[in-house]
Amino acid sequence: MQKFERLEGLVAPLDRANVDTDLIIPKQFLKSIKRTGFGVNLFDDLRYLDEGYPGQDIAGRPLNPDFVLNQPRYQGASVLLARRNFGCGSSREHAPWALEDFGFKVVIAPSFADIFYNNAFKNGILLVTLAEEEIDRLFQEVEPNEGYRLDVDLDNQRLITPSGEVLEFEVDAFRKHCLLEGLDDIGLTLKDEDAIRTFEARHRTERPWLFRETMQVG
Amino acid sequence: MSGQTLYDKLWSQHLVKQRDDGTALIYIDRHLLHEVTSPQAFEGLRLAGRKPWRLDANLATPDHNVPTTIKERAEGNAGIKDATSLIQVQTLDENCLSFGIEEFKINDPRQGIVHVVGPEQGATLPGMTVVCGDSHTATHGAFGALAHGIGTSEVEHVLATQCLLAQKMKNMQVRVEGELGTGVTAKDVVLAIIGKIGTAGGTGYAIEFAGDAIASLSMEGRMTVCNMAIEAGARVGLIAVDDTTIDYLAERPYAPRGDQWKAAVADWRHLVSDDGAAFDKEVTLKAEDIEPQVSWGTSPEMVTGISGQVPDPAAAFDETVQRSHARALEYMGLLANQKITDIKLDKVFIGSCTNSRIEDLREAAKVARGKKVAGSIMLAMVVPGSGLVKRQAEAEGLDRIFIEAGFEWREPGCSMCLAMNADKLGAGEHCASTSNRNFESRQGYGGRTHLVSPAMAAAAAIAGHFVDVRGIDSAAANDPALVKEA
Repeated sequence: MQKFERLEGLVAPLDRANVDTDLIIPKQFLKSIKRTGFGVNLFDDLRYLDEGYPGQDIAGRPLNPDFVLNQPRYQGASVLLARRNFGCGSSREHAPWALEDFGFKVVIAPSFADIFYNNAFKNGILLVTLAEEEIDRLFQEVEPNEGYRLDVDLDNQRLITPSGEVLEFEVDAFRKHCLLEGLDDIGLTLKDEDAIRTFEARHRTERPWLFRETMQVG
Repeated sequence: MSGQTLYDKLWSQHLVKQRDDGTALIYIDRHLLHEVTSPQAFEGLRLAGRKPWRLDANLATPDHNVPTTIKERAEGNAGIKDATSLIQVQTLDENCLSFGIEEFKINDPRQGIVHVVGPEQGATLPGMTVVCGDSHTATHGAFGALAHGIGTSEVEHVLATQCLLAQKMKNMQVRVEGELGTGVTAKDVVLAIIGKIGTAGGTGYAIEFAGDAIASLSMEGRMTVCNMAIEAGARVGLIAVDDTTIDYLAERPYAPRGDQWKAAVADWRHLVSDDGAAFDKEVTLKAEDIEPQVSWGTSPEMVTGISGQVPDPAAAFDETVQRSHARALEYMGLLANQKITDIKLDKVFIGSCTNSRIEDLREAAKVARGKKVAGSIMLAMVVPGSGLVKRQAEAEGLDRIFIEAGFEWREPGCSMCLAMNADKLGAGEHCASTSNRNFESRQGYGGRTHLVSPAMAAAAAIAGHFVDVRGIDSAAANDPALVKEA
């Protein structure tokens, strides 16, 4: 995972509540056995006017001109401004893979679904939760101001608007640390290998039916 | 000192290490795998030169991509016509073989939807932690197991370490008090709960479902309720262990036997919330207020009773909701204040990890017996949750009832719940579906999903539109004008 660096990112507003993971990346693209290449199909049903399928040449596909990410002013956006319960639905990690592959590094919303929240951080995407009123105000500011960028400073847990306003946000210490350092969870967990083995041995003694080799079958 | 909740007990029984930063390592007893969310995890292991920590904790089966027609399934993997679907299923087979993980392959009689297979085999036991790269893993909480969906990075993490990095959730209890009316099922209960608390109402919580109406449910019904905890925003749904739980598990292939069974049962009896346990949030519904439910929109919270009507977006309490409702109505092709019973259907799907177990098929068959699917219905299909459910249904003659009524009788898989295989809706088609998500294009591009119980789906198939299953015999449910030509 790459380290999360402070960025001044162009903001794209997606004014829609309950954006589910089916909407972020429709199921036909889940058939890939790779982690990459999902960006061209991010929000496929909203971005294109036809039905997409895996492996298609996207060059000839009709774009939906009304969709925010197709508008010239939002090209190169790395910050997605969204509404409540973003990422609800399935556990597909293809959703953050698609956001990341497209170029989003930050999503800002009033709330996120739990599984999506975990998945995003594991892929180096910062999710920023702000109050509904703050989100409303950001939507109002982005719309009339072409080229609206937010300075995203994870280290100090704050966003700075073009007018210099500072919006502070909470993020748990462990996730922040992993993001800033670009850490691999598995490597970290395996440092506790002894603790896992000790626990496992006790667990097996207390509840032998949970392990195939100690489960009584006859 | 106040007592512990069921969730608190399960959490502390699996806590390997609590870190100072608020995260914890919890031990995983059962890891279920399917073909869609595992390939990148196995690839990650391979690239890092890692091996699975404990093979016997894992159990795999392909379910999302498998075809469900009898003809195609007879060919095994070769029956999968979509090349990318085929690669995904083959990749699971190869990964399970090379890493040594037990797999129920496509034509194993035990194959099926992973959340039907685990409990059916007794591979899900009370007191376990159960995870799977699938959000409907919440299903297994019906057994008093701590079960939830995880992403692919976490699948890799569990394979490599037998643990998950987690943060303790908050406790929520949803009580359904009283007795459910005739024709009102577990599916109606959970849809009514979601309608009440909303799709984000359970975010951050483990929901324990309790109360007389929950305790009266069979294990199949309890699984339906816990399955859709995620549609209320909660990764975890839980139900306390009782005789129903224990009776269901006795003699299952992966359940212990003999003295160990007795010891296990004694242990499982503690898997209930203590009297006086504190919940961070409590919600109560009256069972008698719940009528058969039908979703009208594009989020599971957009649901109402069969006697109700499609809401007027203008009446919604805030602007975001007004816009969501207006967009949903436009997508669904419905009008404000339209009666639910006036919604005409094109297809009917009985299946999915929510409602494809034997009891679900029995309830649907009861309604379909001796009747005919309406001529206006293009396709009505029944997809059993596993090969064993299919066999059981056939032994009971349910397949004949469905086939004679004009339903297609299929092979097990996820099928049209998410349409990763060939079973899908066309644009604009309305479907009465026993699945769990009515998101835009979930069941096929432009498709319009209405979530209902198996009995309500069967009744809708026969009438061609939604009808109240409670009055099925008196309603014009089998209008001769609508009867399909045999």
